[in-house]
Amino acid sequence: MYSYSQFDKDFIAERNKQFRAQVERRIDGSLTEGEFKPLRLMNGLYLQLHAYMLRVAIPYGTLRSAQMRQLAMIAETFDKGYGHFTTRQNIQFNWPKLRDVPDILDALAEVEMHAIQTSGNCVRNVTSDHFAGAAADEIEDPRPTAELLRQWSTDHPEFAFLGRKFKIAVVGSETDRAVTKAHDIGLRMVRGAHGEAGYEVIVGGGLGRTPMVGKVIRDFLPAEDLLPYVESILQVYNRLGRRDNKYKARIKITVHENGLDVIRDEVEKAFVLQRQAFGGYDQELFASIKEAFAPPAFIDAPLDAFYAAQNADASFRSFVDTNLAEHKNPDYAIVTISTKAHGKTPGDATADQMRVMAELAETYGHDELRISHEQNVILPHVHKSHLPDIYARLREAGLATANIGLISDIIACPGMDYCALATARSIPVAQQIATRFDELKLEHDIGALKIKISGCINACGHHHVGHIGILGLDRAGVENYQITLGGDHTETAAIGERAGPGFAYDEIVPAIERLVYGYLDLRNDAEETFLETYRRLGAAPFKAVLYPAEQIAAE
Amino acid sequence: MAKKFTPKVLTANHLLTGDVIYWDENGDWADAFEDALYLDTEKLANHVLTLAEKQQEVIVGPYLADAALGPDDKPMPAHFRETFRMTGPSNYHHGKQAEA
Repeated sequence: MYSYSQFDKDFIAERNKQFRAQVERRIDGSLTEGEFKPLRLMNGLYLQLHAYMLRVAIPYGTLRSAQMRQLAMIAETFDKGYGHFTTRQNIQFNWPKLRDVPDILDALAEVEMHAIQTSGNCVRNVTSDHFAGAAADEIEDPRPTAELLRQWSTDHPEFAFLGRKFKIAVVGSETDRAVTKAHDIGLRMVRGAHGEAGYEVIVGGGLGRTPMVGKVIRDFLPAEDLLPYVESILQVYNRLGRRDNKYKARIKITVHENGLDVIRDEVEKAFVLQRQAFGGYDQELFASIKEAFAPPAFIDAPLDAFYAAQNADASFRSFVDTNLAEHKNPDYAIVTISTKAHGKTPGDATADQMRVMAELAETYGHDELRISHEQNVILPHVHKSHLPDIYARLREAGLATANIGLISDIIACPGMDYCALATARSIPVAQQIATRFDELKLEHDIGALKIKISGCINACGHHHVGHIGILGLDRAGVENYQITLGGDHTETAAIGERAGPGFAYDEIVPAIERLVYGYLDLRNDAEETFLETYRRLGAAPFKAVLYPAEQIAAE
Repeated sequence: MAKKFTPKVLTANHLLTGDVIYWDENGDWADAFEDALYLDTEKLANHVLTLAEKQQEVIVGPYLADAALGPDDKPMPAHFRETFRMTGPSNYHHGKQAEA
């Protein structure tokens, strides 16, 4: 993993010192809130409904155990004993006090972390595949690219005041686990005709009030051209992007209004100049970054204990079936730890749980952890012989729920329980759906199903790309939930279709239950997933179960 | 035609703690919604907002929130957003509900 250079350390220390002084000046009245607000946002500090919220960057979702332990310490010392992992692979603390924030930032700096550029109209934390460096289907580890982009975009003077925020995601596998098509720029690592490394560049994707699937602006960009090309896209966006209306300021609108061909021509023109300007230093840097992401020293050990546990323990077998993914080393597995025990808040982990996960990563996982955009925690490199011990420890900590990819593995934004922008609650809806289907003992029978819930139109909960999406709105002063169907967050990305009228808070869980029972009746067999059934039959039969005739007649 | 005025309370967050607070009848900051000064005219509401905005060393983010009078003639929220703010999140016993 990448470790901070002296330059990184000095930069963070200087920024923290500046922010400490800014906080003092706000408290002593030298700065008004109007002056202070952009400064605090640049350092990840928001004001939410009940308190401040500090959003801490977890670059491309990668953590060492010491970093996870420090997050646990911060949760316990400065917050209410837990943290919330987000769909941007970040962590949010919901209850920090203003005076404590400089100390929190210093504590983060001790473990090479910060909260810079987790807000504001700048290039945000670069996200990536949570299985990066481990997945069996990987062409190349995307993290060095993500780190190069992080260094390039951090405090980039030209892009500190863009028309709107800007999000970049990178994947190195055929399977898109980072929702690249819903980002301002999505990068897919590919190989050229002669095996040379490069990227497919996708631009103009995004969710929010105008959801759009990104478009390919370059089929193949040679790896060495990455920064000049991305910089060219940013320059064109900065020049052509709208600043008259914040809702039309994202690059997806720039691409939509100008047309992809115009944007591509402008980017290529800028690229000719940028390519000359870069001069090769970026490639030296990239080479040194790659060295930092060398694979761990995988061990060689017998697998007898793993197979014995699999035969002896049904619950362990269920965990293995559901929470493991294929590792590039066949003796290893990728373990996804669910933060979504039935009835719990998706994405939340207590300080104790964070310490358990840190300990497991340190003892068994080559000191690596990942946070997924689906709000779970991953041990990317686990030798299968260690799985029984890991499972036992996770069980003790309430972290062994075998539900990855199932109906209770729900993405939910903080919603109106915390967020100042929300129009309705998300968390309790997720909790009730998970609890209900656990009671019904149906979720393994239902199989792969992604429910994603947002508490407002900004779509932090990715509802547009959920197989079932739920959007919480305020309709005449009452919470109301719209359902979308058929969304897809992967390489076959699709925006879900609105099913019909919304449902009241106490109607939404029964509506989801009707929908799922409808799917079970409609599917060809147990192998046909919800999304496959939807694609085969279209929306009509799902709408029919969602809105029974008597209900429509009553309306 | 001008929109009909809805009664308000003035709310904000405490600068240092972030806690939700309300402008009370003494011009101090109260913790409970029911202790807020009920602002039943637009003129009064705007006047209190102006006063609150001058207290930047104490508060952050002041605004006027819709309110109604409850059965005991004490102010209560007119919208569920303010009900959550005066209570706390629904997933944990945190926030104001834990302080009561």
